[in-house]
Amino acid sequence: MLTYKLIVLLPLLGAMLAIPAGKMWGPRAAEILTCTFMVIIAVLSWVVFFDVTGNQVDMVLTIATWMSSGDFQVDWALKIDSLTAVMLVVINTVSCLVHIYSIGYMSHDPHRPRFFAYLSLFTFAMLMLVTASNFLQMFFGWEGVGLASYLLIGFWYNKPSANAAAIKAFLVNRVGDFGFVLGILATFVVFGTVEFESIFTQVHSKEHEVFHFLSWDFHAMTIICLLLFVGAMGKSAQLFLHTWLPDAMEGPTPVSALIHAETMVTAGVFMVCRLSYMFEAAPTALMVVTVVGASTAFFAATIGLFQDDIKRVIAYSTCSQLGYMFFAAGVSAYPVAMFHLFTHAFFKALLFLGAGSVIHAMSNEQDMRNMGGMRPMIQLTFGLMLVGTIALTGLGIPFTQIGMAGFFSKDAIIESAFAAGTTQGTYAFWMGIAAALMTSFYSWRLLFLTFEGKPRASKEVMGHVHESPWVMTIPLIILALGAAFAGYLFYGSFTSTTLTTFWGDAFPIHGQTHEVLHNAHEIKNTHPWVIWAPFVVTIIGLAMAFHFYIRHFARTQKAAATTDSLMYKFLKNKWYFDELYDLLFVRSLKRLGRFLWKTGDGKIIDGFGPDGVTSVVLNVTRRAVAMQSGYLYHYAFAMLVGVAALITYLMFAGGAH
Amino acid sequence: MDVTQNTVSLGQSLSIMTPEIGLSIAALVLLMIGVFRGDKGLPLVSLLSVGALVVTGFLVAVGPQSASAFNGSTLVDPFAVYMKYLVLLGSAVAILMSFDFLKTEKIGGFEFPILVILATVGMLLMISANDLIVLYMGLELQSLSLYVLAAYNRDSLRSSESGLKYFVLGALSSGLLLYGASLIYGFTGSTNFASIAAFASEGLDNRENMGVIFGMTFLLAGLAFKVSAVPFHMWTPDVYEGSPTPVTAFFAAAPKIAAMALIIRVTMGAFPPVDGSAPWQQIVVFLAIASMFLGAFAGIGQSNIKRLMAYSSIGHMGYALVGLVAGTVAGIQGVLIYMLIYLVTLVGVFVCILAMRRKEGMVEKISDLAGLSRTQPVVAWTLLFLMFSLAGIPPLAGFLGKLFVFLPAIEAGYAWLAVLGFIASVISCAYYLNVVKVMFFDEPAGSFKKPMPLAHRGLLAVSGIFTVLFMLVMRFPLEWADVAARSIVPVTIAAGAG
Repeated sequence: MLTYKLIVLLPLLGAMLAIPAGKMWGPRAAEILTCTFMVIIAVLSWVVFFDVTGNQVDMVLTIATWMSSGDFQVDWALKIDSLTAVMLVVINTVSCLVHIYSIGYMSHDPHRPRFFAYLSLFTFAMLMLVTASNFLQMFFGWEGVGLASYLLIGFWYNKPSANAAAIKAFLVNRVGDFGFVLGILATFVVFGTVEFESIFTQVHSKEHEVFHFLSWDFHAMTIICLLLFVGAMGKSAQLFLHTWLPDAMEGPTPVSALIHAETMVTAGVFMVCRLSYMFEAAPTALMVVTVVGASTAFFAATIGLFQDDIKRVIAYSTCSQLGYMFFAAGVSAYPVAMFHLFTHAFFKALLFLGAGSVIHAMSNEQDMRNMGGMRPMIQLTFGLMLVGTIALTGLGIPFTQIGMAGFFSKDAIIESAFAAGTTQGTYAFWMGIAAALMTSFYSWRLLFLTFEGKPRASKEVMGHVHESPWVMTIPLIILALGAAFAGYLFYGSFTSTTLTTFWGDAFPIHGQTHEVLHNAHEIKNTHPWVIWAPFVVTIIGLAMAFHFYIRHFARTQKAAATTDSLMYKFLKNKWYFDELYDLLFVRSLKRLGRFLWKTGDGKIIDGFGPDGVTSVVLNVTRRAVAMQSGYLYHYAFAMLVGVAALITYLMFAGGAH
Repeated sequence: MDVTQNTVSLGQSLSIMTPEIGLSIAALVLLMIGVFRGDKGLPLVSLLSVGALVVTGFLVAVGPQSASAFNGSTLVDPFAVYMKYLVLLGSAVAILMSFDFLKTEKIGGFEFPILVILATVGMLLMISANDLIVLYMGLELQSLSLYVLAAYNRDSLRSSESGLKYFVLGALSSGLLLYGASLIYGFTGSTNFASIAAFASEGLDNRENMGVIFGMTFLLAGLAFKVSAVPFHMWTPDVYEGSPTPVTAFFAAAPKIAAMALIIRVTMGAFPPVDGSAPWQQIVVFLAIASMFLGAFAGIGQSNIKRLMAYSSIGHMGYALVGLVAGTVAGIQGVLIYMLIYLVTLVGVFVCILAMRRKEGMVEKISDLAGLSRTQPVVAWTLLFLMFSLAGIPPLAGFLGKLFVFLPAIEAGYAWLAVLGFIASVISCAYYLNVVKVMFFDEPAGSFKKPMPLAHRGLLAVSGIFTVLFMLVMRFPLEWADVAARSIVPVTIAAGAG
């Protein structure tokens, strides 16, 4: 019991103590304090992970009553089951490594205690989110990570672009959060509670509830799940609400690794998995999840093809991989979605931190057009990035167990989508294959542009290129081990067809085995080409990247600089989403705001309100003062007129009524 | 009311009127002292005057609390006692404030305190009046003294002008009042308020009694002149500005209270409401609205602080009249409390105005207060609270005063009048806050001569503390005012109001 509480509370303690400690004993104290806490809880998380998944622990640990009002009672309680345990491992491992890595990466920053406080605060909020046993606590964590993300993106508050990105992230997330809040409220209306346990047991009886709105009836569960999914889309940067994620790369690179690759952005996936009982009762909502996820996987990959900023490529890659997870959940293959979330944590964090190492070596250069030829100088980083790339692209030999993390988890997703056999499943399958091709291309392109060819940076910069210190490389090595072996080690248990042996009751299951998972495992016998497809497209992607960026690099470079192909510009400009939103929302809202400000507030409210009243009052005052002429006969006249008026009035109105 | 019907012997009558008689004798004695000692006698005369006022207060306290004298033409009741205290307080404070001023301005004649005493005698008579003749006697005694006081600085053109203006207009108002009194007498056949009330209680609705209503209107017009209610206010700004400042302070306080007492006495005593309505209510409503708004609007345009206080007092009389409109115990109680708060707040403000003295002499512009918060922070802060109180900002005394007059009006069905009062109050905030703004945010315009005389400092402290802490101790004056109000409101109405 204490273990669980320690895991949740130590980051909070770290967040609270980091700044005072930094003030009293210098930044080093803040680093040591928070990192020690994180190492402790990372180790504890692995202990908990094996304990919970091995023994199928499923319990709710109440810490305190949060609010109690009439029948409405919400506890601060930790829900401990396999799903939570997986998230604990992911969050705390990556968070711990990022903390340590940051000691090196941020070593020149004067505000380190604040940075570490934010990191720990984020970790705490994320743990609140994944251990939530009710919607309200989940929402608390949800907003907490949003806040921490905002603070960390805008950590370098002197940079206008960082501030703009922080605000953008916050605002776009608010759109999603609004959906999430509505979803929670709708849930409460239907179920009368926000406790997960009692909601899940009631789902069956509420399956046919409807909402009356105007003269229409809406299927309640579909509405609820769609609203909740809007929230998930915001946090997990799915299509239409993805625009904040690439901009969030303005934050320090460890932050990008922790929040914008690994933990916070997967909160949406986690939420859908946690609420799988509810989503299972809303097939339409699941269909939407599948389509949106598959579209995002494809769409984000297309943008990733031609980006020049090393971090943005990885950001779009993240976006695309999240799409994979969503469509896996959409076809009910929740365990597979969680498995990809788990493996993705290792290789994406590895790529981000590796990119951070590159940026660090290049004196904060992020544009890949100015890199190249760095392999000899930073061989260790190159090797680690290579592992990450192989893991991300899912390179492995079909029908064997030889391959890295992505090979196991991504292929499982693609197989599940095919195995679902539905229209949206098939759509997701083809989108997944296409995305895999592009993933392979842009990942290798990144590696080639950065490390191969002739150096394109100035001599001065190249002279400074150096391998990162051990506090940065050791976390990378650990992550590389995870990226290499996590898939192989955990494939069996995560995707076992009899869910309960690993997952307990985390996901709904009809009958003895999970249908989709079962079919997915059968594919190698029934449709072997499905197993081959990802492998083939990955090799094609690799070959194309090699062709363009190693063999004919000069030609490619020239073509990229001079092309006026519409398609290229379309992709390069990220499908013009920012421009579109600018046109649709930002500008019209600004116009509306300007209208309300200038006309609504300035002319109407101020005009008729304060300013108008003031001028009327002053006008009356002038007349009143003018009456005071100083002449005696004016005064006497006023008195007599007053008496006469009063008497006349009383004669006709008052006295004779 | 039944006390007025009893006839009492002359001796008893004289003993009931001891305070007035005593103060009259004191005035004569002080006059003798002054004549023999000349202008050098001012300090002594002033001191003795204050003493005489204190003794009079003591006599009021030990005298009968409920009695009538001289065939019911004068009356002592808790209402009169309450009002007499306020008047005596106002007069004593005025003398205290004047002493230093007269000395430095070298307009010191020993007559000043004596004139104040004589005016006070007139006011006490007004308060006790239960008869049209006594009413007029008291009023004229007071007015004649005030005319002289207004022109007291006879070498100053402005002072003389203000005295003359006040005299001419005062004579006109006395004419109106006398005309009204004669009409009332002609139609009711009596000058006694109780008899008039008995006549009026049969109803004034018919055409034959129009004369009574005419008379009442003229009478109230004459009294409205004394409280400077619009449209009978025109003298106020000119006289306030032109008179020496201690005279202005005196004008703004004691005579207003006496005249307000008389208005209440006439309306509630001679023409009590029947079934909750009386013809005078419409007159008072008009006076109240006109005063509140003119006070609010015209005050904004002023740059002279004494003129500003003139409009301020016009406005405040308007608010006080709102309580009278209700015509209930609570309403009268509100007016009484309002007058108390008004008096004490005003004392503080005028002490501050008296302190506006530079090397070259007195200054009176609002802009002369600029930066007072830096040169004399204590005075500035006290004046801030006083101004906030006048503006009616909670939880200061002025807010509670307004509350106690507006609430009964709302209960009596005059909610719209209260709303108008709120609006006027908001508008008037503009000039009260302007004074605060000038003191706290403008660049200092040079400091005033320091220090204030000890008596002034004491008065300022009492006024400021009263204003801030009134809400804590208001239970006592409220109870007292309740008793006073019950004694003037006819039993039938008081019982009806619970």
